Formats: sequence, structure tokens, C-alpha cells
Amino acid sequence: MKENRTIMGMPVNIEIIDSNATEEVFEEVFNYLISIDERFSIYKKTSEITLFNEGKILEKDFSNDMKEIFRLSLQTKNDTDGFFDIIYSGKIDPSGLVKGWAIYKAAEILRKKGIKNFYVEIAGDIEIAGFNSEGKKWAIGIRNPFNKKENVKIVYLSDKGIATSGTYERGEHIYNPKEKKVANEVLSLTVIGPNVYEADRFATACFAMGRKGIEFVERLSDFEGYMIDHEGITTFTSGFEKYLK
Amino acid sequence: MKKLILSLFVMASFGFYVISQNGGNSSNGLLTPNPIVSSNNANNTSTKKNPKTVVVTKPNIPSTPVAPSSPPVVKKNGIYNDGEYTGSVADAYYGNVQVKAIILGGRLVDIQFLDYPQDRNTSIRINSYALPILKQEAISAQSANVNAVSGASETSPAFTESLTSALNQARA
Repeated sequence: MKENRTIMGMPVNIEIIDSNATEEVFEEVFNYLISIDERFSIYKKTSEITLFNEGKILEKDFSNDMKEIFRLSLQTKNDTDGFFDIIYSGKIDPSGLVKGWAIYKAAEILRKKGIKNFYVEIAGDIEIAGFNSEGKKWAIGIRNPFNKKENVKIVYLSDKGIATSGTYERGEHIYNPKEKKVANEVLSLTVIGPNVYEADRFATACFAMGRKGIEFVERLSDFEGYMIDHEGITTFTSGFEKYLK
Repeated sequence: MKKLILSLFVMASFGFYVISQNGGNSSNGLLTPNPIVSSNNANNTSTKKNPKTVVVTKPNIPSTPVAPSSPPVVKKNGIYNDGEYTGSVADAYYGNVQVKAIILGGRLVDIQFLDYPQDRNTSIRINSYALPILKQEAISAQSANVNAVSGASETSPAFTESLTSALNQARA
């Protein structure tokens, strides 16, 4: 069974292979994700994060989810030499962490029901469990940042998480006057890790590192990365190719 | 000529109004900035390839249609109060999107992108840059079937988000 919704303004896709997947299971997961959005959306006036940013609630009033996100944010900041931070111009914006965490928690709901073969995807970040309908590893495309209808690589995953952090090229290029060209910039960084939460947080932080990001991924055990720069050149970690079949 | 321009604005503002009412439920791709801006720009086909067209707004529109010193312009027939309204910064995952809505005569007449991710074509070129352990190659399209796709998400929900917040401020 495969279903999709739009939650948090983003497409959510869930496919479950196990025969015990019922409509109620999908509903439960979608409703969970909606509740996360209600709590963490910086666009919602009544979300816990907005109330905190507006000084209407204090840290001592935090829900357990909020406490966990704060703890994980701090941990990620430490794990990534400060490249991950949820404080921007005096306000807290945990969206860089919440998406991967929410997908991971949604997948936990399925696992607790004994469901073993599924994927949960929100806007290109995916938790992958077990095998697909053909009993094979799930085939996951890495999108071409120059042409979103194309994939530039296909990886075959089981019990892993994959997340991509990226940008269109921005106005403020770094111009290299010596070579008379725009400095190489990273368009997208895909990270494969033990689960989508881990993949997402390192994709977000390492993308912020620019070209150094892929080297950071190389140093992480259990993680592989695939970076695409603005010239269409990809750089990938030493173990990445094991996922190509 | 003026009538033609005016009618284009009316059409565009209706379009934007509909979009703003759609909120975040719109599907991706429907609300990409390119086709919207190009509704006042006959050069439809090239907008995708040339990122500049995303930001180039109609040059014949004064950037400050309402003099700030003038007494509050009472709304005319439109649904918005005249003025310039800056929308929230919305995360498009590829970068931030922030728009400014210009309301004139109670209608949305222009949208300026203050911050936006932009797409561009590129020439594939191999360079000799190499890292010690990492491997490099030029990207190439793959044709095999996939179950799902990993990629950074689209601009459009963020665009909608920022525009909606700007229009909410303008609402009469």
C-alpha cells in the first residue's frame, strides 16, 4: 500500500509492503506528523516554537518533544563543529532537525506494530526498512539538481536512512578573480546513514560546510555521502559505491 | 496601452489572490515563481533557463507606488490596503524565499523577490580537482526505475508561505 499527503507544506509518501498495513496505520502516522507540525512549525502562530520565540512560554514549560529536539540540536552542534545550529538571528528554528527526527519517529510507529518492510519519505528524506514489493532492496534515486525529473544515481538500500540537503545557486556567488570564474559551490549533498535522523542532521550540517562537507562525511563511520557541485561534478565517499547494487 | 497594463495587473492579482488562498496545500510545481512572474512577461519559454527573469520585475512599475508621506490611502475596490508588505522568510530547503508584495489601488500589482533560490543551467566540465580518498565523476542521468527519490525539496511552498504572510498584512 502506498499513500501520500501534504503535511508541513511538504509531500509525504509512505509505502508499506507488509500485509498487516491497514488504512488505520497510515492514518496514525499521518496524524502523528501533523501533530509534530503543529508543535514545531515556525509558521504557525500557536505552535510551541512560536510561543517560545515570542516569549509566551519558557523553557521550563517545554513538552517532552521540545526538550528532546533541544537536546538533539545541542548534540548535533557539538558533533558538527558548530555547523549545525537552531538559533538564527535570535530566534529558534529547529526545522533543520525536526524533519529527519519526525520521519524517524513515524517509522518507529510502524516498527512497533511489527511492520518490517516500508519507507517513509518527507520531501526527499527517507527512512527505508526491509525490502520492496519485489523482495529486493529499495531503489532510491538521487535527484539531479539541474533537472528535477532526472536521477543521477540510483542507490539500493535496506534499513538505512537517506537525506539530501541542497540549494539552488544563490545570488551571492563567491567569485574567484584569479581563475575568473565562480568558485565551485555545492548544489546538493546526499547522506546515507544508519537512519534518516542521522542522515538528515549530517546532510544539513555538512552541506553548510561547503566543499569540506563531503570530507566530514568521509570521516564518519557508517555514513556515505554524494555531493554534486554547480559544474555537475559529483564527489562521493570511499564506501558510497557499495550502495550501487 | 495603459488599459492593457492595468488589465494584466488585474489578471495577475486575481491569480495571486487564488494562490494565497490555497495556502500550503498546493502541489509542488504549481506555484514556482517563474510562471507567476512571467504572467507579465511574454517571454515565457526562456524564464526557466534564465534565472534573471525570476527577479526582474516589471520595470515600468515604480518601486514605491505609494508615497509614505501621503495620508493613508483608503482602500478602493480591492481587498488589500495599498502599500508594500514584506513577507516572512520561508525555508525552501534549497535556500530561503522572501517576497515583497506591492499593493496599489487595493490590488496586488507586483511581487519582488528579496531572497530566492535560483536555478541555472550549467556546462558539464571535468576538472582535475581531486580529494585524497574521495572519488569524482560527472553526473549522468539514470533511467532505471526507482521506488522513491531523495532530493532537496521545491521552492514553491516557501514562496506561497512568504507571499501569504505579506498579503495577510495587506488585507483590508
